[in-house]
Amino acid sequence: MMKSFLRAGGLWLFILLLLVSRSAGPAYAQSPSDANFLASLDALRDASFEDKDAIIDKLIQGAHPNAQVVLTAFLEDRLYFRNDDQKVFFAKPAAEDATDLELVDPVTLKSVGTASVDNLTKIGTNNHLRRTLKTALARFALSSPDAKTRLVAARDIEQDLDESNVQMLRERSGVETDSSVKQEIGNGLALAALDGSDTPARIAAIQTLRHSLRQDVLNKLQGLIAQSSDGTFAESDENVRRAAASAAMSISRKRTIYSAFETLFFGLSLGSVLVLIAIGLAITFGVMGVINMAHGELMMLGAYTTYVVQTAMPNHTEISILVAIPAAFIVAALTGILIERAIIRFLYGRPLETLLATFGVSLILQQLVRSIFTALNRSVITPNWMSGTLQVNEALSITYNRLYIVIFTMLVFAALLLILKRTRVGLQIRAVSQNRAMAKAMGIRSEWVDALTFGLGSGIAGVAGVALSQLTNVNPSLGQSYIIDSFMVVVFGGVGSMWGSMVGGMSMGVVNELLEPYAGAVLAKIFVLIALILFIQRRPRGLFPPTGRASENQ
Amino acid sequence: MLLKWKSIAGLLIATGMIFSGVAKAQDTIKVGVLHSLSGTMAISETTLKDTILMMIDEQNKKGGLLGKKLEAVVVDPASNWPLFAEKAQELLEKDKVAVVFGCWTSVSRKSVLPVFEKDNGLLFYPVQYEGEESSKNVIYTGAAPNQQAIPAVDYLMKDVAVKRWVLEGTDYVYPRTTNKILEAYLLAKGVKPEDISINYTPFGYSDWQARVAAIKKFGSAGKKTAVVSTINGDANVPFYKELGNQKISAEDIPVVAFSVGEEELSGLDAKPLVGHLAAWNYFESIKTPANAKFIAQWHTFIKNPKRTTNDPMEAHYIGFNLWVKAVQKAGTTDPEKVIAALPGTETPNLTGGIAKVLPNHHITKPVYIGEVKADGQFDVVWKTPGTVPGDAWSKFLPADKDVVADWVTLKCGNYNKATSKCSGQNF
Repeated sequence: MMKSFLRAGGLWLFILLLLVSRSAGPAYAQSPSDANFLASLDALRDASFEDKDAIIDKLIQGAHPNAQVVLTAFLEDRLYFRNDDQKVFFAKPAAEDATDLELVDPVTLKSVGTASVDNLTKIGTNNHLRRTLKTALARFALSSPDAKTRLVAARDIEQDLDESNVQMLRERSGVETDSSVKQEIGNGLALAALDGSDTPARIAAIQTLRHSLRQDVLNKLQGLIAQSSDGTFAESDENVRRAAASAAMSISRKRTIYSAFETLFFGLSLGSVLVLIAIGLAITFGVMGVINMAHGELMMLGAYTTYVVQTAMPNHTEISILVAIPAAFIVAALTGILIERAIIRFLYGRPLETLLATFGVSLILQQLVRSIFTALNRSVITPNWMSGTLQVNEALSITYNRLYIVIFTMLVFAALLLILKRTRVGLQIRAVSQNRAMAKAMGIRSEWVDALTFGLGSGIAGVAGVALSQLTNVNPSLGQSYIIDSFMVVVFGGVGSMWGSMVGGMSMGVVNELLEPYAGAVLAKIFVLIALILFIQRRPRGLFPPTGRASENQ
Repeated sequence: MLLKWKSIAGLLIATGMIFSGVAKAQDTIKVGVLHSLSGTMAISETTLKDTILMMIDEQNKKGGLLGKKLEAVVVDPASNWPLFAEKAQELLEKDKVAVVFGCWTSVSRKSVLPVFEKDNGLLFYPVQYEGEESSKNVIYTGAAPNQQAIPAVDYLMKDVAVKRWVLEGTDYVYPRTTNKILEAYLLAKGVKPEDISINYTPFGYSDWQARVAAIKKFGSAGKKTAVVSTINGDANVPFYKELGNQKISAEDIPVVAFSVGEEELSGLDAKPLVGHLAAWNYFESIKTPANAKFIAQWHTFIKNPKRTTNDPMEAHYIGFNLWVKAVQKAGTTDPEKVIAALPGTETPNLTGGIAKVLPNHHITKPVYIGEVKADGQFDVVWKTPGTVPGDAWSKFLPADKDVVADWVTLKCGNYNKATSKCSGQNF
């Protein structure tokens, strides 16, 4: 009776009801559609990647209600067959290193117990198959209640604009309410219409695409106006060609502007790393005149502090980096004060000896870290809110980690300026650096101020280390690769000037990124160095030379 | 009279032999291990040292070799290239080792080469390299370019239909030579010069944002694009991080790497990298009884069930077994005789198939292309039908087209067929 009912055509409604109510019982008999579905799944077992592609098509065509669930499992690497009876199942999502998986029957969607991974063989995918699966699943997602899912689905479908997909987009376009999804679908339909033969429709499509910023749209339009070597055009219709040429021009002009923005941002982000590693030095070297070769190692300590903090709070990776900022500041500042009290204070006024002594300190710190943490790289996890990109529009996207580092640099810089200009300690620091004897005469404990200043500069280096841990490898030689850059920025900006380091670092970053596409990473850096040497020849005191009485003491 | 002298001499020789025999029975066969245990290369090379120690341990459990126990002599060249030569000399001249397993980077191999040739030692070199070399005293158990780079490019060209190529490398000899070969190969296959972009960055480079954006731009020209990466060492971590951040998925622009294996991925969050490719001659995930046994053995030896195995480890496994067989064949550990016995020696691979030493001192190897999975392992998506014999000299470089290496009949590692001249050991 049931079989005949199913055959009678109420099948879909019935199965859907069963699914929704999650009450598919054992009484659920195998229909011909189930048999086809199972046969396709069985065929997946020994299929080559090409055959799997065809089977996926078949599963989609078959429109079995479970196709979406099963294909999702396939995409997520959860489709298995059992080694002893060769039956195909999908597994429920499990932890990565789980040895037992809970299996689900693809037809009844009921759990059939667990099995050991050793007894299962995974049905594998490759890049091409995953692309096919995503496009296939996008057809289901296009009617998802979530607008974001629909947007991604529309984009995925555009990758494969065959007749049935275009039909699907057209249907969706009629009922779509979200404007961005609607626009995306419009783009897809326009791209499809471009391949048609109806001239007015094609010109209308070009007018729609004119507002897109996408590279693939631009490529398509440029393909239309391309001229082969014997003078014939790829597109025979002149009106279409003219419309395409004007649209392509408009898109590429906008893209050029955005790409300039992108280069500028890359420059600023590289520059802000340079500023961050240099402003600590701008205090110890610039204000105090101490050549501290261990500055890089203080950054390295900051990076390791980030690692330790993260290891200490494994369940809070999202916020551990925020905890690491003050922690790194304190660790590096205390180390800095220790170095100052134990070594540097005996060497004031003897730059060569300071240089050698701090170089020794840098080696000791490196070896210390190597002994504690080994020479291997430590991986610092990037919190989710720092990974990914901020998609400004289709032509411009900015990676979050760089964006946060630019903002962070600005904050650190502002805080430092506030400390130096608005606090009592800042006043004392400036007084001692300008005229030590007079400051002493006014009752300032200059030795205490020295230690504090050095601690402040070192602490900033530690904070820079937190940022670096997000960009590069955390290992004992981390500091060495940045020490030269930081000295360069300080000398270029003008010894003793905070603003000099800021402007100097940013301009070096931008110039570097402007040159890099043409000269390569190695040559670009060499050009920047040569330019810097020439600049220092002309203006030995840097961009913002110290003025007034203070400069005479130096 | 004459007879008497002869018998005395005979007696003396006999006693000498007995004595030396006795002495040698207590004696051991020394095996040199020349891998950096500190410095930048320690990350990779320490594992190889442990692999050889495990193999020696295993062999001793089987009763040793030629009735003698094996003894490892481990030295630390500390990732310092000139120190490699010094330590090699120490192993050969002071410790008088029968064989050396060692080196990772090409520059360290080039540094020890003159020492091995002067002292007539024997070195097993386990890492994929740029080729263009064949020494009498070295057996290359890692892949030559035609056993890794060329098949990987073939796969991308045929199965993924890649039309545009980015050759991204670290700035030193291995990437530069490999890319030179690959560029010549791609041009010969009809790829247009404007569809190839070659770029080098320094060791330890970390500011990848602009480079990755440039790759993205290069790849959006409407033709399928792939990146062939010879980026080596630390720089890989920020490179892959940036790929993940800029959302370059393997479905759009796959990256095939020649220096990133299970070991490198174990220090990385592999989820954003799913689908990117690596070409090797061995993957830990390949299921064969021999491989399962090797992995279990490794976990017991290193006392850590989470440690991965990788391609250079398998190369050492093969190299060690080849050496053992050649010694048994020669009946002695004298390097000169073992070197003569090595060509033609065969031993099974861990992943099926046979590794055979060729007259050019390279071996036959299967080639696999794997896709990164979320757990840091690889899924094999393509493999060569059988094993591929290693070429010492690339067929695709015009200058080396006619050069062959043959230590059996020609007795030369650098023989020009066109001019019939052996250029000797000049590499």
